[in-house]
Amino acid sequence: MSDQNDPMAEIRASFFIECEELLEALQDGLQELDDGSEDPETINVVFRAVHSIKGGAGAFGLEALVRFAHRYETVMDEVRNGNMHPDSEAMKLFFLAADHLSDLVRACRDETPLPEATSEELLERLDALLGEHGVEEEEEADDFQPLGMGISLDLPDLDAEPESSLAHYTIRFKPDQELFATGNEPQQLLRNLCGLGEAKISCVTTELPNLESLAPETPYVEWLIELDTEAAEPEIRDIFEFVDGLCTLEITCVSGPSAEDAGDTGPDLPDAPSLEATATPDVSTTPAAAEDTRTKPEDAPDKVVTLKKDDPAKEPADPEAKKAAPPAAKSVVRVDLERIERLVNLVGELVINQAMLSQSLDEAGLSPHSDAMNGLEEFQRLTRDIQDSVMMIRAQPVKSLFQRMSRIVRESSAAVEKEVRLVTEGEATEVDKTVIERLSDPLTHMIRNAVDHGLEPTEARQTAGKSKAGTVTLTAAHRSGRVIIEVSDDGAGINRERVLEKAVSKGLVAPDANLSDGEIDNLLFLPGFSTAAQVSSLSGRGVGMDVVKTSIQSLGGRISITSEKGKGTTFSISLPLTLAVLDGMVVNVAGETLVLPLNVVVETLSLGPDDVQMLRPGSYVVRVRGGFVPLYDLGVMLGYRAHRKTDAGAIVLLISLEDGSRAALVIDGIQDQRQVVIKGLDDSFYRAPGIAAATILGDGQIALILDPADIIAGSGHPRGADLMLSERKIANE
Amino acid sequence: MSDQAQTNDLELLTFRVADQEYSLDIMSVREIRGWTRTTPMPHAPDFMRGVINLRGTVLPVMDLARRLNLPSQETNDRNVIIVVKLQGTLTGLLVDAVSDIVAITEDDLQIPPDISSDPSLSVVRALTVIDDRMIRVLDLAAVVPNTSDEAA
Amino acid sequence: MSLTILAVDDSRTMRDMIRMALMPAGFTVHLADDGVHGIEVLGGIEPDAIITDINMPRMDGFGFIDAVREQEGHRATPILVLTTESAPELKMRAREAGATGWIVKPFDPAKLVKALQMVAG
Repeated sequence: MSDQNDPMAEIRASFFIECEELLEALQDGLQELDDGSEDPETINVVFRAVHSIKGGAGAFGLEALVRFAHRYETVMDEVRNGNMHPDSEAMKLFFLAADHLSDLVRACRDETPLPEATSEELLERLDALLGEHGVEEEEEADDFQPLGMGISLDLPDLDAEPESSLAHYTIRFKPDQELFATGNEPQQLLRNLCGLGEAKISCVTTELPNLESLAPETPYVEWLIELDTEAAEPEIRDIFEFVDGLCTLEITCVSGPSAEDAGDTGPDLPDAPSLEATATPDVSTTPAAAEDTRTKPEDAPDKVVTLKKDDPAKEPADPEAKKAAPPAAKSVVRVDLERIERLVNLVGELVINQAMLSQSLDEAGLSPHSDAMNGLEEFQRLTRDIQDSVMMIRAQPVKSLFQRMSRIVRESSAAVEKEVRLVTEGEATEVDKTVIERLSDPLTHMIRNAVDHGLEPTEARQTAGKSKAGTVTLTAAHRSGRVIIEVSDDGAGINRERVLEKAVSKGLVAPDANLSDGEIDNLLFLPGFSTAAQVSSLSGRGVGMDVVKTSIQSLGGRISITSEKGKGTTFSISLPLTLAVLDGMVVNVAGETLVLPLNVVVETLSLGPDDVQMLRPGSYVVRVRGGFVPLYDLGVMLGYRAHRKTDAGAIVLLISLEDGSRAALVIDGIQDQRQVVIKGLDDSFYRAPGIAAATILGDGQIALILDPADIIAGSGHPRGADLMLSERKIANE
Repeated sequence: MSDQAQTNDLELLTFRVADQEYSLDIMSVREIRGWTRTTPMPHAPDFMRGVINLRGTVLPVMDLARRLNLPSQETNDRNVIIVVKLQGTLTGLLVDAVSDIVAITEDDLQIPPDISSDPSLSVVRALTVIDDRMIRVLDLAAVVPNTSDEAA
Repeated sequence: MSLTILAVDDSRTMRDMIRMALMPAGFTVHLADDGVHGIEVLGGIEPDAIITDINMPRMDGFGFIDAVREQEGHRATPILVLTTESAPELKMRAREAGATGWIVKPFDPAKLVKALQMVAG
């Protein structure tokens, strides 16, 4: 990346990463508010999130983002100050605005066209909300000007203004007591003044009392400065900007270009220009205010002291000031993903290396109680721990993913005019980062499906005696070493008659097929199957559940479906915790070593003489405790041998597939059960269906990792007895 | 660069496949490894010998003889795998034996006669003669197929 | 003159910005995420000046300035408030808390450097 050496590009990239975090905090906060949170910190978080996005956006000159964030922030500020109590309509608008803010951030990041029309519409609605609450909407656009900023390493001389000739000023400067309380330093100011030209400084000490009556905190001295400079008076005032109102300052131009203005300027400027880029000081317009502050030296000190003592405690308008601090934010380090990948790979090597070492020590015939073997055991334990810890680095809570889904629900429910509530559970469940990223598309599709097809139209719900608002539930949980993510709706359930009818009409199943409910439900995953009576604008055409299934499978996951008429439908995705390791069963088939995911293996059997029955030529079943299970010879299916080996005594693995069906796989022998490091295979390896990945064994040899369901699906053999066509055949149509 | 373009030095790694001499631009060669047993990939084309462990990564190995439609030899300990890199992807090429590294200039190369009916020549981008032996210079991109197209 | 600066801001982007603005000018920059963190960092360094944001979690800018001024060694340390609010009342509140001056975001790096040199150079 050529950007890498450009600090601004780096900060810009980092800004957008931070935006994602802020947007997440914003979503969270809004959700809490919507759930009725009374905690003032909640609205503070929301406000700060928008505020920080605005701040950063300003620095990069992202005007559209600044503009939207600024007005959004103004509304949030009203809520924060208790001037506005958002009702549910307002909350909806806040969510929409948050979604839109996130769109703007991404459009700015990717430099894609900005959704300006939506900005306008939402801003109007936000402004209307402000109006409704009797808040004067002030056009603050001038107040906050985004400034495209580039950091130049050679700092420009800001003072280089064309200036005509030397002028002579007399400056009287007398600090007030509070000047010292603000960390301002008269000497510093005088030195800065000297930087403008030739200065002759004299200290007036006539007010200095004798030692007994000297109050140590009270300033008694003042300075008279005779300054010869090319600088104009505003520049001189700039030096005293921060001490405005904290001192008596009189600047008189004795001779030179601005001598005639001198009389106009009062000694104090209450609101002198700050260092913001746009403001140009207009000294002549503030005589009244100047008048006002002239009296300040007399009464100010007491007032300021009082304020300083009581201010933070008394100040109700600032709930943040002394609020009990929430638990400290976790300290986080940002790491380049590539470095983690490297670490993951290295640990993979370590695991392999350790396995090789174990094997050679084993073969050396060492006593299990020898120091070497004891040491090896410790080494194995450490390796495992390191591996676990490294995998943890890649794990992330599914929360960000779920937040994206809540937006999908909002948008899709609006599109089909259904009232939908999204319930999420287990947001803290951690999953490998890559898995999270690649889940986004399939989940989006499933959520849309649930809203569009799963939930009935509002009238139908009411007729059925259900609540008007449908519920979509999104849950994540860890279950026996896998992550289970479920999308359920409380809709009408799958209309099995219609699904079957459609499958028959498309030739996917035989007309006389007798399918179980589960088998009918699984027809939804067949390529090209779409249940919508007509293609709706929402779910669109072309993407079916088969695509969802494929993407889940490519993550080493499985998807299953359960549905109850009138009650709803649940899609359940089961995923490996990480894409990098697998608990595997290592087996031999026709001289090759293969690995099967341990979690699909139900039991191992040895074939008896009459166990195998031919269903029809090329299709066999095995009798397992009274039931029949389709039988496959892995050696034949993988092309390692031509003939089936199903003699009595052959070893069979009974596996359970995600859809609840079972299959029996003939193998030659079982070597081991162990954790293996997954090595990806791309298409350049001519990876056949059913070959999920590879791993490196203790002897340095490569073993292929199988995906049994994929092998069976790709085998051309029927999975259910009556399911006539395999997916492969359909795909060929 | 323009100076070099005049002479255009080229270094070739020459090797034997089914008793014929072939060569590759040495710039595309990463390393040469002794023969090791491959793990076959099910249902792959027959010129794919399988995969091996190359220091922790999985390397696909192609039997160059089969790829060039030449009679495949029994593999033995003298066989080597030439690891080549093409567009960021590593591939192993199984050959009988490595012969030499020779330096030639672009002028020494001859465009092969167009005999497109011979598939073993379609991957040969040039011919050259060294010590009276004809050496075929392979077009690596043609040898290592872009499988993302083929697999689809 | 090389200054040591403590910058307190909850926005990583802003912290990066400040760092990028000040380091080329030869400043040593220490960063903190919020007021509480700022006080912690302050325990280990002797900054010539402090820059702080106002809106921050845990302890905001006002609270932070207050806490800094309570420390004997930092009564006179210049503190610049960094905020998008250019509203005068915020400046006044910052000053009442003991801030030396203010910088309005988004800031020009050169102006930030100059402001720091003016209060602490």
